[in-house]
This record gives sequence, structure tokens and C-alpha cells, in this order.
Amino acid sequence: MRALILAFLALLLACPVQADTVAQIVAAQSAAIEKPSRQTIGPVISSLAASGDPMAAQVLEAWGDKRLGQRKSDKAFFILAPDSAGYALTDLSGAAAGTAAKAEITELKPNAGVRGLIAAALVQFTLSDPDPVKRAAALNSIAQDPNPESLEPLRAAIETETDPALKAQKLRLERLLTIRFDPTPEARILAIQSFGSDSGIDLRAALSPLVATTRQVAETPSGNIARSLRPGRDISETEAYDLLVAANLAPARLTIEAQKKALAAHIVDGKVGGISLAELSDQKARDLAYTALETSGAVPAAATADEVTAAVAKYQVFETYAEPDPQVTAAALEALGGIDRSVGLMTTADLAMDGVSLAAIYFLAAIGLAITFGVMRVINMAHGEFITMGAYTGFVVQTLVPDKTLSLVLAFPLAFVITFAAGVAMERLVIRHLYKRPLETLLATFGISIALQQVFKNIFGTQARPLTSPDWLGGALVFNDVVSISYIRLAIIALAAIFLMVFLYIMKRTRLGLEVRAVTQNPTMAASMGINPDRINMLTFGLGSGIAGIAGVSIGLYAKVTSELGADYIVQSFMTVVVGGVGNIFGALAGAGMIGGLQKAIEFLNPSNTLAAQTYMILFIILFIQVRPRGIIALKGRAAGD
Amino acid sequence: MTLPLTETPTPATQAPAPLSSFQKYPGGPGAEPPAGSGAEPRGSAALAPRSFLAKNPSVFWFLLALAVLTAVVTILSPALGMGAMSTSFVKTLGKTLCLCIAALAMDVVWGYTGILSLGHMAFFGLGGYMIGQWLMYARTEEIVVAALASDPIPPTAIEIAQGVTTQIFGVVGSSDLPLVWSFAHSLPLQLMLVVLVPGVLAGIFGWLAFRSRVTGVYLSILTQAMTLALSLYLFQNDSGLRGNNGLSGLQNLPGLAETSQDDLSIWFFWASALGLALAYLLCAWATSGKFGSVLRAIRDDEARVRFLGYPVEGFKLFVFTATAVLCGLAGALYYPQAGIINPAELAPIASIYLAVWVAIGGRGKLYGAVIGAALVSLLSTWFTGGRAPQVPLGFYTIDWVDWWQVLLGLAFVCVTLFAPKGIGGIFDRIAPPDRKGAPLGPDDGALMEKEARE
Repeated sequence: MRALILAFLALLLACPVQADTVAQIVAAQSAAIEKPSRQTIGPVISSLAASGDPMAAQVLEAWGDKRLGQRKSDKAFFILAPDSAGYALTDLSGAAAGTAAKAEITELKPNAGVRGLIAAALVQFTLSDPDPVKRAAALNSIAQDPNPESLEPLRAAIETETDPALKAQKLRLERLLTIRFDPTPEARILAIQSFGSDSGIDLRAALSPLVATTRQVAETPSGNIARSLRPGRDISETEAYDLLVAANLAPARLTIEAQKKALAAHIVDGKVGGISLAELSDQKARDLAYTALETSGAVPAAATADEVTAAVAKYQVFETYAEPDPQVTAAALEALGGIDRSVGLMTTADLAMDGVSLAAIYFLAAIGLAITFGVMRVINMAHGEFITMGAYTGFVVQTLVPDKTLSLVLAFPLAFVITFAAGVAMERLVIRHLYKRPLETLLATFGISIALQQVFKNIFGTQARPLTSPDWLGGALVFNDVVSISYIRLAIIALAAIFLMVFLYIMKRTRLGLEVRAVTQNPTMAASMGINPDRINMLTFGLGSGIAGIAGVSIGLYAKVTSELGADYIVQSFMTVVVGGVGNIFGALAGAGMIGGLQKAIEFLNPSNTLAAQTYMILFIILFIQVRPRGIIALKGRAAGD
Repeated sequence: MTLPLTETPTPATQAPAPLSSFQKYPGGPGAEPPAGSGAEPRGSAALAPRSFLAKNPSVFWFLLALAVLTAVVTILSPALGMGAMSTSFVKTLGKTLCLCIAALAMDVVWGYTGILSLGHMAFFGLGGYMIGQWLMYARTEEIVVAALASDPIPPTAIEIAQGVTTQIFGVVGSSDLPLVWSFAHSLPLQLMLVVLVPGVLAGIFGWLAFRSRVTGVYLSILTQAMTLALSLYLFQNDSGLRGNNGLSGLQNLPGLAETSQDDLSIWFFWASALGLALAYLLCAWATSGKFGSVLRAIRDDEARVRFLGYPVEGFKLFVFTATAVLCGLAGALYYPQAGIINPAELAPIASIYLAVWVAIGGRGKLYGAVIGAALVSLLSTWFTGGRAPQVPLGFYTIDWVDWWQVLLGLAFVCVTLFAPKGIGGIFDRIAPPDRKGAPLGPDDGALMEKEARE
């Protein structure tokens, strides 16, 4: 069987050298082997590989590793091994042949191109190598650079495979190579159909080249025609004519530049073809002048519109598949159609996951606002700067504590404490005095925002600061070729879920939450019940700011930390709260879900342009507020306040 | 659940003719129809027969100050006078006057009507873009024609247009003239767009926002979102306005290649001063009559004005749109002096700065807005220009280029907290306004502030 295959392979390669022992072949081709070049050495390597001699693999390997040498005295080839005396020699039949000093041996040093050919030839031997690592490497190299020569050795290596995983890999690769290189169409169609609902990226790579189309033009179409194109309907007449020109079937059209050049070359006494130069600032006059030159024979005739139409009508424009066999292309198209459907489904799933993770980020950025703006109705334009503050806290902790995991564990509570303190300070000093003037709160907090941004710039500089996530958060959870999600995004989704729980717990199950709700509903009544509204307002604002700080650490993990980090999120955060419905944490969740999902969906429809996605999303939000001015989840009754 | 907002068939749907609906109710149902053509000052003159200037003493003083400033700058300018001022400083002053016009518009819409728009600088920028298109197109056309003149064959109109397109859009890798440049060859059409584009955009946005009764901070956030969307849109290359490259070379006026920038700068300064004077007169006239009273009433208690039968949404929409147009015109005067415009100029932060200027200068007073804009923007130029002296503290040297924004932010907080009337409030102390016995000034009349003191 093996001999048969190798013989077939030899035939396939149309090899000029007959199969013999390695030693004989080397001896016969010694001149070529001494000074190999990429162009000429191919047949020699193939014949060595096809010789059937068990030494072939060893010899080729030695050659490729620059361990093949020639004894200067008798021009005999040996495999070399470093030895105390110089080299230990092994002759090409595998027998030890003593030693030789370094000076007696000319080492063969094939160049990179030749070594590449040797490596390709060696693949078929390594496919059956006892070492599974080498077998896997050989499979990979074939998969990366499929060629017809690999098909037969691969088929031969399947039966002897003992490792089940490698065997499955070999079988799959064999079918892929069959699709592309098997000489019989039936085998190829069977191989295509054998994949069923598989949608691997390697299968698509094998099928797509078969159905790639090229546009052609001829009087009678030939080849495996994908479709014929009617000029004027499927393609424009200009395009069709350009194809004719490209195929040398028609003369090139006269371009405006060429016409101008021709006219300029025939100026006589300030006139061209009897028309004065000043009049030539008009295309019609130029055409007239050119026609005059044509009739006088000074310039070659250009194709007129009628000639173009006639030429286009004479020929047919069509597209052909790269694969000549129509049955194979039909099977491939069918398989690709199925693949497109399942890939479409998976892309949707991937998009949904992207949307969820983006929504989680918006939710994290907005959750602090949901407290300060949603519950307390205080507009805090400096909220973004609290997020930035959290991110910079993470950065500073990381520079002090080198261990990534530990620094992250420290950064979260520290960011909370710092931003909590900043929030409390801001509430005490500024916001307290403006509770009845919401518009001015907006302005005052904006003043704080620009001041803080500049302070960050002065301290940390304008360049982005890295906030590295620990190694166990690197990488991605891969489901298949299409669907994957990075662990850092998963962590952010988890964090968003935790925040939701914490928020709900504080608001619904703690004394603080009860008092916060009481104070926001009716501060006077709450005060008469013994609640100190000042204290509650301060704590609530601190809580919202503190959460912004923690959000900042987690956002910093995946975005670059600059002084404008928070400012980039502030409008989206407010939108999230407004769209979702003020005063309700589930509203913020719904708003984040809608904005995140929508943005990803628009990005998918217009992938080159994330800026456009944001533009359209904001426009959508403005329109959405027309329909539901109170947001997705609107408070009812007394809780709605005004 | 949204019942309170949808209970009335929204009056704003009849908004396309806000003035006419205003004229239907000048002074409430029982009032006599105003004498004359229905213009505001006459209507109020029927109640208090005083001239416009007597009712607005600030107008006289303002125009006088502006005239003096113009005269001084002209004398000191390099073009006509002693040359004690640099051309760039004349340009800075001219630009500042344009910013003052925008501040006037902001004061009318915010200080008088109570709509805190965080998008008026976007209209300012749009006006600049519209005039910039013509400036850039016409100027490039001159260059292309000059370049093609060396050819033996004179160029066709199509060839010139093609050359201009390549010159302008080569930088964003496009060779077709986008649709938005269809009118760029014509100055009158493009000047019309200076008015129409901000006007129509503000009209559509305002109509959507006011009819759904979006008010207060929500409206501010919504306008900010609109501004962000607009600037993000302009940042794209395929928006047709050269993406983040923006439009440049606007300081070279087409047809005036021989004129020096010295002359141009003082011409534009005069134009800006004239524009500011006209804008001030217009705003003072609009805010002093009954129209102005309705605006202030809307600011102080919107619901009450609505119950009195005024179409509040129509008034708001008219003021929002008209001030947007005024901002667009100011932008069209500003950017030929600045020389370059890019989408960053339309970013939300610019509009917030506009609010900062007006707040520091004093809302509800036209001269306050002008003072605030002029003072803060000139100070800003001085501090960020690196000319302010550094302050050595021994352990740290305060470089104002780095710390000016911090100072501005903190100053802003202080003004909001301690001096809500802004700088203009000082003038009230010098010459308390005659309010006919009504104790509250325009700012103090704000119900929210009264509540704040409870």
C-alpha cells in the first residue's frame, strides 16, 4: 500500500529520477545537492522523499539541519554528528562510517528556500513520527499551507494513527484537502457533504476559493459560469466597456486628459481645428475641435458613443467560478449557504454578548448617577471625574503594590473610600447650598468637573496610564470561531450584577435605605420623624460617588486611563438614567441594556464607523424621549414627585 | 403613566408661527390691541409712555462703550493707526466681540427664558462651517484657476470643479464633492445656509423637545446630547466636512489676496462691533417689551403662564430658534477671523463654557453676558497664552497654563454659590434698577431662588 502511494506520488510529481535507495539517488544527483537552488532542487528532494528507503527521512532531516557533509577526498556524502575528533560519520545506508576531522569535510549549507522545500517534503514522514508533538506540528503546517502533495501522505498516515485526537484532526484535514485537491469530483462532493452543518473557519477557507468569481468578457461564454451580466441592468455600459478595453477587445476610450493633451499638441496660430483657444473652456467646443482634427487625420479616431454601444452589444459579460466543475461549485455553494445561516446565528449570539458587556459598562458608569441623580435629583456633572478618580486610584495602587491581584483587591475599597470622601466634601461645600436650584447645581458641579480634570492632567500628565488586569483575567472564553468573550468583560458583567444586588440590598433592606427613601420623598416629614436629612443627603451622595469610584477601577481595567476617561462616559451615563427612568435602579438597568444593545447593533450594521453609531444612538434617544418622556420604567403615583 | 404630560393637545404643534400666536394675546385676553403694527415696544409704550432708550439706560451706555472701544482699537491698530496693537490682538478682540454676540443669545435663552441650552455653541460652529465652506471653496477655486492658467488649453468648468474637489478632499481620501457642498460656490446661498442650517436644526430639535414638555435639567442634558451627536457626526470623514481636519485657511478672503491681514483684521473688527451693537439692540428690544415679560414669566413659572393662555411652547421654540440663528451669524463672523474650524469647536464643552461666561457675567442682564464673555475669554487667552506671570510658592511654581482651568472652575463654583447675579450684579448696586415698585429683579424673580431661601 505504502509503496503504491509513494509510486503514485512520484508519478504525480512527474519526477525525472527513478525511485532507488537514498544513497543511489544522492550519488546520481551529487552535483545538484552540492549547490542546491530553490528552482532546481525540487525534483531531487521529491525523489528522495519518494524513494521508499527508510533512511530518506533521516537524510532529509540532516540536510535541512545542515548536518549533511561531503568528504573532500572521495566526494561521498555522510550524516555528521559532532565528535571530539571532528565529526562522527554515518553513511547514507545508516551504517557508522568512522570519524573525520573537520577539515576533511565540506558541510552542506542549503539556503532558506531549499530548507523550506526539505521541510515540506519531511512533513509526510513527520505525519507518522512516533512523537505526537511532531505529528501535531506536521498537521498544523499542512493546514496552514495546504498543497496537493500533502494529500496522499496524509491519507497514508491516518490508519497508523493511535492518538484519537490527532486521528480526528487528520481525518478532518484529509477531507478538507480532498475538497480542494482530489482529482475526482465525486470524492470532492462527498467530502463537502460530509461536513454537514459544520461551520469551522477552516472549512470556509477551503470552500470559498472554489466559488470565487471573476468577471470576464467574451463573444460566447465558456467555463463554469456563475451568472451572466447584462450591460445597462447588472453593470453599467461604462464598466462593460472598460472590461472590453482591459481584455484588449476594444480600443481605449478617449479620456478628457488625453483629449486635452492631443488638442494642446495641435495648436496652430492660437487655434485648434479652427476653434480659437479661448473658446476651448467648454467641453462641446473641445469635442468639435477634436473631430476637426480627426477628419484632418492629425489624431487617431476615438470611440464614439455608438461604437461603444455596438462593441458592448457584441460581447457578453459573465462571471465564472474559479472551480471548473459545476457539480463541485453547486455542492460548495449549498454548503456555504448552510454555513452562512449558522454563522449568522452565531454572530447574533456574539453581538448579543458584546451588547450585554457594553450595557454592563454603561450600567457601572451610571449606577452612581442612578443614586445621586435618580434618587436625590442632584445633577452631578463631576460624576465622570469621580470615575476617573477611581481609575487613577487603581493606577497608583498598582505602582505601589506590584502584585496585580492584590493591588486590585486593595484598589476597590480604596477607590470607594477616596471618592466617598470627595463626594461628601462636595455635598457639604457646594451641593447642600443649591438643593432648590437644580440648574445651578449643574453649573457648579460642572465647574468642579473642569477643575478636577485639569488637576488630574497636572498630576498624571496627558498620556494614558496603564491599569493592567491580573493574568487570570487575561484571555477570552472561546465557544467557537465566532462566539467568544474576554474574561475581563465577563468580570465587568459580574461586577455590574453584584452592584445591582448591593444597591437593592442597601435601598430595600437597610435602615439607611429606608431613611434615604423617606428623605427623598418628603424631607420635612422625614425630619419630623427624627431623621436628619442633612446627614442622609450627605451619606447618599457619598455612596453614589463611592460607587462611581469602584466603577472607575473596573472601567480603567479595559479602557485607557486618561483625565478624560470619565468625561467620555458622562453624557452616556445621563442618557442611561434618563432613558431608563429616573429614580429606579431597574430603569438604569433597562436604559443601559437598551443603549448598549442598540449601539452594538448599529455598529454591526455600519462596522467601520463607531462615531456614526454613537451619533445615531443619541438621535434615537432624543426621539425615544418623545415617545416615553419619563423613560422606560416610569415611576407612578406619589413616588413620581412632581 | 405619562398622563400629566399628554393631557393637553400640545400647543407647540401650531408653533410654526409663534409670533402670530403671540400677537393674538399681547397682554392677555382683556387688553386693548396694541397701537401701531403690533411691535413690542409700542405695546408697552401704551402702558408707560417712555422711549426705548429711557426704558433701557444700559443700551445707551453699552453702545457708547462699544463705540469708544472701536475708536481706540482703530487708532491703535496696525492698519490705520499707530500700530501699537498687533494684528493678532485685533483679531482676538474681534473674535471676542463675536463670542459676546453668542453670549447675548445665550442670555436671552437662558437668563430671560430659563432654558439652559448646552448646545448654542454648536449652532455657532455650524454658522462657521457654513461660511467656511464658501471661503474655502472660493479660495481654492482661485488657486486652481491660477494653476490651470499655465495650460495652453483653457480649463472647462468641470475641470476646475474637479481640481477644487481634489484640493479640498484629498486630505480625507475622497475625490467627489459631497452633497453638502452643493451651494459652496455661491456666497449668497451659503449665507442663507448660515441662517437656515442652525435655524432649522434648532427648530426641529426645539419642536421635539418642547412639545414633549422636556424642561429643566432634562432639557439641558438633551441639548448636550444633541451637541455631542453633532460633533461626533462631524468628526467622521464621510460627513463631507473633512472630518477632524475641519476647514482651514479661512482667514484668506477670496478676491482679496492682495489685501494684508492688517486691513482684514480691522475690517472684521468693525463688522464684529457693528454686529454686536445690532445684536444688543435687537436683544434689548425683544426683552424689554411685553414679549420680554412673557419670557421672564415663562422662566419664573411656566405653568402659570400656560394657564393664562399663552402658548408657552411656541414662545420657547421661537426664542430657542432665533437665538440659534443669532449664534450661527456670530459664528459666521468669528471663524474668518479664527482661520480654522474643526469639530472640536462644536464639542459640548464649548457650549458649557458659554453658560459659564454668561453665569459669571450675570444672567438676565444683557450687559452682564457681554461683560462675562469678554472678560473670561480674554482672561482665558491671556492665561493659556503663557503670558501670565508664574507664581513661585517655594515648593511649587504655579504655571498658569496648567492651572488656569482649575482657577476658572473654582471661580465658577464660587460665582454660582455666592454671587448668582454675577459681575452684572455690581452695576445693580451702583444704580439700582427702576422696577416700578416690583421688588424682584429678573434674577430674584426666579421662583426657585425664592424657594431656596425658605
